[in-house]
Amino acid sequence: MNCGVEQTGDPTAWTRVCAVDAIPEAGGVAALLPGGAQAAVFRDPSGTVYALSNIDPFSGAAVLARGIVGDTDEVPFVASPLHKERFDLRTGECLDDASVRVSSFDVLLDDGVVFVRELGP
Amino acid sequence: MSRTLVVVGNGMVGHRLVEAVRAADVAGDWHIVVLAEEARPAYDRVGLSSYVDSWDAEALALPGADHATDEHVELQLGDAASAVDTGRKLVTTASGTAQPYDALVLATGSRPFVPPVPGHDLPGCFVYRTIDDLDAIHAAARRARDGRGRASGIVVGGGLLGLEAAKALRDMDLSPHVVEMAPRLMPLQIDDGGGALLARLVAELDVTVHTATSTAEIVPEGHRLVARLGNGTDLDADLVVFSAGIRPRDDLARSCGLEIAERGGVLVDEQCRTGIADVYAIGECAAVQGTTYGLVAPGYAMAEAVAAQLTSGHPATFPGADTSTKLKLLGVDVASFGDAHAQTEGALEVVVNDAVAGTYKKLVVSDDGTTLLGGVLVGDTGEFNTLRTLVGRALPDDPAAILSPDGAAAGGVGVDALPDEAQVCSCNAVTKGAITSAVHEGGCESVAGLKACTGAGTGCGSCVPLLGKLLDSCGVEQSTAVCEHFPQSRSELFEIVAGTGIATFSELIARYGSGSGCAICKPAVASILASLGTGHILDGEHATLQDTNDRHLANMQRNGTYSVVPRVPGGEITPEKLIAIGEIAREFDLYTKITGGQRIDMFGATVDELPRIWRRLVDAGFESGHAYGKALRTVKSCVGWTWCRYGVQDSVGMAVELELRYRGLRSPHKLKAAVSGCARECAEAQSKDFGVIATERGWNLYVGGNGGALPRHADLLASDVDSETLIRLIDRFVMFYIRTADRLQRTARWLEEMDGGLEHLRSVIVDDSLGICAELEAAMHEHVANYVDEWNAVLSDPDKLARFTSFVNAPEAPDPTISFRTERAQKVPVLLGTPEVSRS
Repeated sequence: MNCGVEQTGDPTAWTRVCAVDAIPEAGGVAALLPGGAQAAVFRDPSGTVYALSNIDPFSGAAVLARGIVGDTDEVPFVASPLHKERFDLRTGECLDDASVRVSSFDVLLDDGVVFVRELGP
Repeated sequence: MSRTLVVVGNGMVGHRLVEAVRAADVAGDWHIVVLAEEARPAYDRVGLSSYVDSWDAEALALPGADHATDEHVELQLGDAASAVDTGRKLVTTASGTAQPYDALVLATGSRPFVPPVPGHDLPGCFVYRTIDDLDAIHAAARRARDGRGRASGIVVGGGLLGLEAAKALRDMDLSPHVVEMAPRLMPLQIDDGGGALLARLVAELDVTVHTATSTAEIVPEGHRLVARLGNGTDLDADLVVFSAGIRPRDDLARSCGLEIAERGGVLVDEQCRTGIADVYAIGECAAVQGTTYGLVAPGYAMAEAVAAQLTSGHPATFPGADTSTKLKLLGVDVASFGDAHAQTEGALEVVVNDAVAGTYKKLVVSDDGTTLLGGVLVGDTGEFNTLRTLVGRALPDDPAAILSPDGAAAGGVGVDALPDEAQVCSCNAVTKGAITSAVHEGGCESVAGLKACTGAGTGCGSCVPLLGKLLDSCGVEQSTAVCEHFPQSRSELFEIVAGTGIATFSELIARYGSGSGCAICKPAVASILASLGTGHILDGEHATLQDTNDRHLANMQRNGTYSVVPRVPGGEITPEKLIAIGEIAREFDLYTKITGGQRIDMFGATVDELPRIWRRLVDAGFESGHAYGKALRTVKSCVGWTWCRYGVQDSVGMAVELELRYRGLRSPHKLKAAVSGCARECAEAQSKDFGVIATERGWNLYVGGNGGALPRHADLLASDVDSETLIRLIDRFVMFYIRTADRLQRTARWLEEMDGGLEHLRSVIVDDSLGICAELEAAMHEHVANYVDEWNAVLSDPDKLARFTSFVNAPEAPDPTISFRTERAQKVPVLLGTPEVSRS
């Protein structure tokens, strides 16, 4: 299926997300990766960009990009839009359940454009 | 073989007996025959005065009282028992039927006492006991109102029932006079000081009180009546109502040879047994070990005791009754408890009579001043629950200090003084000990936590303030801060935003908060900004503040898809619009369901489909229904007088008007409303945040109702108001709620936790005691004038539209994780097996 995402044949290659300005400040967008993985890409109020898996591990729904971005004790997080569990934007660790983590993605900023790729093994 | 139980009397207590026997008698051993004097099944006689609100007897009906579907109960209406032959175990009825019994329960209740005043039986003289009595009074009042000037009525008797009757007359637009022989009103419950204050407060409500005088005679004068009082006063009136107390109806028992107590009533032992085998007496006609009770609760306890004996065969006793009373008469709070009249030997009285504040408080204590025996409260009964639990126990402080408003124990008796076994929540029998252990051992840190954990405060809600005090006394600091980013409460933030004109979250948090915000403060501030009219909720930086559903103007479901609910004001919809919804749902393959709010929900839309669905809906004349918002949801309605043969007003028209008025208004939590076209209340308005019930003369407004996990019956805020007044009151109510409630606090909990409760709310909303009503109304006019459909606004804004895609880098691609299967001919989500959560 043509997902509209540029296929490079290399799953570890960078995928273009969007211009950094297209990510709402203190908000997120979802990006589709070749192979079907989904990244939730966030920008915190200081302008730092983070990327986590878009899949909420508690529900299995691909919704994390639609969560509210905030901070607690200077830890930036996104709260799942389904049941509000918070995930550290830097590591993917769940702040409300230390045993749960979502995977994070590598982020590359190139000339105002955001790219992501899955972390190597 | 089944046995026959004959119940003589079908009042509230008789009915309770039948219910209790039926509940326990699973095998159907008892065949029950109920002999009822009145022609209608048992009804709520305690609520008789509310009949005046609607003149609808159905509204007083007790559930299941007609026993229509129960083959074990034979209800013989309008056929009173006339004789009992206890030897042959046979009851004869007025119609001549002979009914054998194996067990007989007398529940004949009481009759109004009419003093033998000359003229007491003239036309225009009434008693106050049954629905028929009220109908007769109503007819006479109507005839009187047709005459010249203000009609008036005299109530003979200034006790509890007399004041109820006075209220009923006032509600019928008569000017009431109350004549009481004792030197004070409510002589049985309260003392002279309390009675004096009560008389003053009642007089302010257009009731003229004449105490310490008898009614010497009543004489006709033209179409009216003149009552000559013992003190020489002549009162002319259109009608006279006798409510000078009640007497047990023990005549049937007397005639069949049962023993009668010294002061009347069928003498029974603590198991409610008369001296003759298999004959019992319960309720107001019974004198348990010589004492009669004129309240329904002891009657119910007697009914339960007899039912238990009949069904289990084991002895069960009447446990005695707490005759503490707390009630509101003509809007005045009155309470008495324990030995209110200081009849205990050596008892001392401590009184604080504050004529300015309009409160009277008396404590009765033991001769050494250490033990609480009873008391009287008038004008302010806030301490009733605490004090009642302390009766018979050591006082925590000097009695005068307890009563003093600014004394050592400011705020009344400290909760520390309550013993652990004191019942804090009497609805659910939760003791202070259970609550403190929930705090200390269970880790409860809030009123909400205590409610969930112990059930306290989930009944009538009157103990909720006490729960807060208990938390304080356990050392739990109940913070009102919104979250870690804002030390202010929601209502404080509201005032800050309103006062400063700050229009963005970033400015507010920079000036009044810290950090960058979270999923608690962002939606809370977004709601405040929206309530204050700062533009579309997806404008600029507002968008990322919005909670899940508001963010996409639709309701996110478990698989990340959305449901869409167009507004259907009042639940009224044309066939064309119904067809349009059907066609749109079919085109986008949406699961459809009728909601509880009388509209249609369409499920399974993906983010990118939402604008296309809205386009179709808007073109068909629909707009957003705000099912996703903490905002007005629907105003439900019954069909009203347009069609319904019982309706007395156009409930659909009013519901549509209200829904269109308040649509889109953001509030601390969702708002639900309803309008019923008559007292049958088919729209269930009393379970809504604001509910309107039509009366013959206008509308009754109820507020603070709630369904859900903690249902709450709404409180009556105003009666018989015209449409204009109704809308003005709702404007004020809703805006006052928006300004002062906590985040995610429904009106029910807001009202329960409000200092001063309903009375305070009424003084603010109806009497404008804070002088803010003009402001509240202006804010509402602003909202109404500036309303726009949120969906349509997105459709005409390319920037906002661009956000409705599943993937920023592949706008046309559907989310590959979403899939559906078919169930009952419609699509439903394939449950996402929760993926293997990576455990670190």
